Order: sequence, then C-alpha cells, then structure tokens
Amino acid sequence: MSDRVLITDAGFGPVDPAERYLDFADLEAAPGALRVDLGPETDPATLTPHLAQIQTIRIAFPAVSDGRGFTLARTLRRMGFAGRLRAAGQLIPEQYPMARACGFDEVEIDAARAQRQPEADWRAAAGRQGYLARLRRPAA
Amino acid sequence: MYAYSDFDESFVRNRVRQFRDQVERRIDGRLSEDEFKPLRLMNGLYLQLHAYMLRVAIPYGTLDARQMRQLATISERWDRGYGHFTTRQNIQFNWPKLRDVPDMLDALADVGMHAIQTSGNCVRNVTSDHFAGAAADEIADPRPYAELLRQWSSDHPEFQYLPRKFKIAITGATADRAVTRAHDIGLRVVARDGAVGFEVSVGGGLGRTPMIGRVIRDFLPEADLVPYVEAVLGVYNQLGRRDNKYKARIKIAVHEMGLDTIRDLVEARFAETRSEFPGAEAALAEIRAAFRAPDFRAGGTAIPSGSPAFRAWTDTNLAPHRREDHAIVTVSLKTPGQQPGDASADQMRAIADLAETYGYDEIRISHRQNVILPHVRKDDLPAVFEALAAAGLAAANAGLISDIIACPGMDYCALATARSIPVAQEIAVLFETLDLAHEVGPLRLNVSGCINACGHHHVADIGILGLERAGVETYQITLGGDPTERIAIGERTGPGFAADEIVGAVERIVTAYLELRDSADETFAEAYRRLGLAPFQKALYSEESRENAA
Repeated sequence: MSDRVLITDAGFGPVDPAERYLDFADLEAAPGALRVDLGPETDPATLTPHLAQIQTIRIAFPAVSDGRGFTLARTLRRMGFAGRLRAAGQLIPEQYPMARACGFDEVEIDAARAQRQPEADWRAAAGRQGYLARLRRPAA
Repeated sequence: MYAYSDFDESFVRNRVRQFRDQVERRIDGRLSEDEFKPLRLMNGLYLQLHAYMLRVAIPYGTLDARQMRQLATISERWDRGYGHFTTRQNIQFNWPKLRDVPDMLDALADVGMHAIQTSGNCVRNVTSDHFAGAAADEIADPRPYAELLRQWSSDHPEFQYLPRKFKIAITGATADRAVTRAHDIGLRVVARDGAVGFEVSVGGGLGRTPMIGRVIRDFLPEADLVPYVEAVLGVYNQLGRRDNKYKARIKIAVHEMGLDTIRDLVEARFAETRSEFPGAEAALAEIRAAFRAPDFRAGGTAIPSGSPAFRAWTDTNLAPHRREDHAIVTVSLKTPGQQPGDASADQMRAIADLAETYGYDEIRISHRQNVILPHVRKDDLPAVFEALAAAGLAAANAGLISDIIACPGMDYCALATARSIPVAQEIAVLFETLDLAHEVGPLRLNVSGCINACGHHHVADIGILGLERAGVETYQITLGGDPTERIAIGERTGPGFAADEIVGAVERIVTAYLELRDSADETFAEAYRRLGLAPFQKALYSEESRENAA
C-alpha cells in the first residue's frame, strides 16, 4: 500500500511500495530474509539465529493501548540488533518519542491516521524527553 | 523536603501544555475517545458518576504548607471547597469541569505539584510510610528511593501502556505502615552486613483477587534498585495478560506462571538492565541531599499536662518520634459523622499554618486518609491541639474503630456497587454515641463500595464490602485482615447484611470481642488470632444474638 506514511525525525515520507515483509512464522522456511514482520507477542529469543542478516524488523502495534512493542524493541536492541526497527499500526503522536527512546527508527501509519493526525502533531511530540535520559547519563 | 529542580519544573510545565493541546485535539477530532482516554488518565482525570474527577499526586504522601494552601485554593476556585484524601496518599477533587482542568494543573505546577500517572495503565504514584523521616523504628528514610522511582517511572517511554496499572510501595521501617505486600512491587528497606538494600516482593494486590506479595529477592543492593524494577516491569509488559482486564495485574502472572519462572525471567533481564543506569547513583545522592532532616529545636521530653480532652488526644493521636523531645501527630480526618478523608479548604489552611508554625513546614498524608504532622515538639503539643480543636480537627480516634478507611463509594464513584460513606459515618457515630471507641482500643475497620477494594477492606480487622444483589445493597464482612508486616487477608464471615443491618452486625462483633478478650490489653487482632472466626460467626448469625441485639 503506497498510501501508508513513514514517520521519521525528518517528518512524513512515503512507504516504499516495493518493500516486502516476511511473516515471522515463515522465517524458518526462508532464512536470509531481509525484512520481517513481528507480532507484539513474539518471544525475541526465537530470532537469535536470524538477527545478523535481517535489515528491517517491523513490529505491529494492534491498539494504541498495547505497549508490548516498546519492550520488544528494547529487548531486540539489547540483543544487539543493529538494523532498522519500525513500529507499525495503531500509534498516536505521543508515542513517537517513546518509540524512538525504545530503539525504533521510524513509525508507519495508514493514510487515514496521517490525515487525521497531520505531520505537525507528530513534530510537536517528537523529541520529548523524560527523566530516563538523566538516569541513563554516564557516571560523572 | 524535596524541592523541584529546574528539570522537574520544566517537565511538569510541559506536561500541562501537552495536556491542554490533547484536550484541543480531542475536541476537534484529531484524537478519538479511545486515543484520548489513556492520555486523560495518565494526567489524573477520571470520568466519574456525576462529573470528572481530578486525582492529584502527593508523591509518597509528602507536602509542605505552601502546597497544602494551594490545594485549598484550587478546591475553592474550581471545586466545591473541599478535597478527598485517598488510600494512595493522593487528593481527589470531585467536581472539576473539563475545560478548567488545564488551569488547575497550571495552579498545581505553580507549587511543584501535578497529577501525572495518578491513573491509567502505568506506574502509579509511589506510596510510602507516612511516618517516613520521623519514625523511631526507621532503618532508612524511604522517600529518597520513592522519589528516585518517581523520576524513573515518570513518562517512562517503555511503560506508559502496560497491561494494567502498576503500584509500588516502600517502607524504611521495621513496622510496615505502607501495606507493601499488597502492591505490585513492595520494597522493604533491610540492612545486611552494614549495607542497605531491599527485600522485594511482587504480585501483591487487593481488588477482586486479593493476593499477598511474594518475596522475589530477599536482598537487593541499593544501587540495583532502578535496573531491577526496570527488569520486573519489562517482564510484566511482555507477559501480563491483555485479553482480560481482571486478569491483567502482575499478581495473576505470578499466580499462573509461578514465582520461580517470573524470578528467572526477571533475573535474566536484570543482567541486561543492570549496567544501563550509570546516572542513578548521582541522582539518588542529589535527591537524598534534598531530604535533609529539619534543624530540630530541642525541648522537653515529657508530654505537657492538660485537659482530659487533650490527654485523650495524646493517648491516641501521637506516635513515637526518633527524637525523644518530639512526637508524630496524626490529624484525624475522621471526626464521627464526617466523610472519611475529606478536608475543607479552611481545614487545609489550618493544617498548613500549624505545619509552618510548629512542624518545620512538613506535612504527610497517610493511606488511612489522615494528615500527619511528622515533627512536633512535645512542648508545642497543647498549642497544636488547641488550634486543631478550633478547626474541627482534634478527633481523638487515630487507630480506633471510628478511624475508618472508606472509598468514595456510590456517592461519587462510577464503579461502586454500594454506598460506603454513609455506612462509615453511621458506624463512627454509633461508637461515639456509646462512648466505646477508647474501651475497644486499636481496631481497623475499612469499607469498600465494590469488589475493587479501594477501601482496603481485605486487610482490616473488620472489613466491609458493599455489593449489589438484585438491585439491593448488601454488605459482606471479613474478619482478621492485617495490613502490617504480619499481613493477612480477612476471612468472610458468611452471608451479607442489608444496609439497615450492617451497623448492628458490626456492633455484635465488637460486643463479642469485649466479652471474649483476655484483658483490656488484648487487641481485637490478637483476640481474633487466638479465637478464630467461629465465636464471631456465632455472634453474627445465631438467632439468640440477633434477638439480643434487637
């Protein structure tokens, strides 16, 4: 779907219509996939043998109230995943800085949401930082 | 007392600005109701039975005179001239208008207060011992740790959309006055080989499935507090059930998966998080400096003599201070007949004045819905008592049967199935009229107006739970609950009682206790542990006892 919108720190952009994502369930049958879709319930440990060659992981957010994807992203980063991490689905502008702080690079939403929640709302929310950055600051 | 840093100040101001914008976006449709609801809740705003309700955070129950006066002002300007102190050491305003809320939040920010994360499926206000920093039995002041956790949890990017709410309580004393084992995480300061750390319990909670927290770590070094709690939350966020909100708390995960499984998962995650907070130590040091004890003025170590009313009050409403020439004063918000936990604007100002004049500008709110003046010179007690009496705040009943915890119940709350305030009022008035409360001695009586148990009925000597059966209010009784370090969930006595029977039922229980106790020194809790449920059931349900009472 080319009318989906990709949100990065640079603002709104189009999703590359040529991108194809492999379902996580099919990963064993097709090792070497570059782009993988994950549901929020995924046990990240099952990805260990594949992490090195995956370029992009797209994590589904099935509802605004479902924050599992944030923890999944943190876990993948802790496991050393250095590729692209995308949060996709039901997210609101308030969740953009949360996604970034949890290790996501970008957020993908559908056209209807992009129209209802325009770029300015996402820009206004971006960059918000709470206390955590201070607690994670290097020791003096 | 902890004073806001520039960072706190700008964080809170930004949140108010953001909330103002969120209200706008809800009104013009950019946010749907489903999207706005978690934002509204994590800013403290509930939709209640008759109106919105704003729940203001009083972190670990600590505030100063300036803040108390501002609460008074807010209650007069945007509410009905009073506020309701809660079992989570917060204050609720029951009648705000949605369009006024951002202004109320700005007024709070003016005195370093906010309503952040007092509601919603996130880490809630961290609660603590209301005698913190003053108690004679304290190992370490728990408030710096509570403040550290407040900072850590505020707007934590990973944990704002949890399966369900998450409550943390911490105590630094040997007596547990914070009901820590009834929290998702309970922390108890312990010393081992000269080092300070925590005993950590998980999976406690009241509500419809009451469970006592289980010890997941018997000693957690102080430096590991933030990364360990981060690990617990990470495990919970991933595994907590999202298919059924009644099974979504961490206590259900612990129950279904087993403590050992949860512990292994937490420890594995903790191995990763442990090195992620190099700034926590410096933050704790800064916070601790801000919690410096006041410059105490020395005085006499005896309680001055006074009228019988003064003596009755000092008998019940004082607790031992760590200095012999000071005492901890409980200001009862339970004058028989009043709504438990409510304070008028004038009463809030009277308390603020006393805190300033006699209390080193320190005030606490207790989970028993009273106000505490933690540091009062014994020499000043008569003056404090006189001023409290003038403000209608000198009820000599702290810890007695009329010192009732009660949730707002059906008079305010959208979830309630029965009224709780009138029941509490009638019981308090009855024992006042009979002049029996002092004779009965220490007794915790708590009332909840629904199964969610905000009134802590499970952990009361006498717990009352209001339910609705076929359109009629009915009240179930539990006995033998205990909120302290001996924590216990009360046992149900049997069938419930109608609204016009419940007060008489309580009277029969108390009468039975007075007849059965070894001596006046045996408290209700002790007598119950010795005798068990049976004699009280007999008093409640036998034909004979009902006739005698009638």
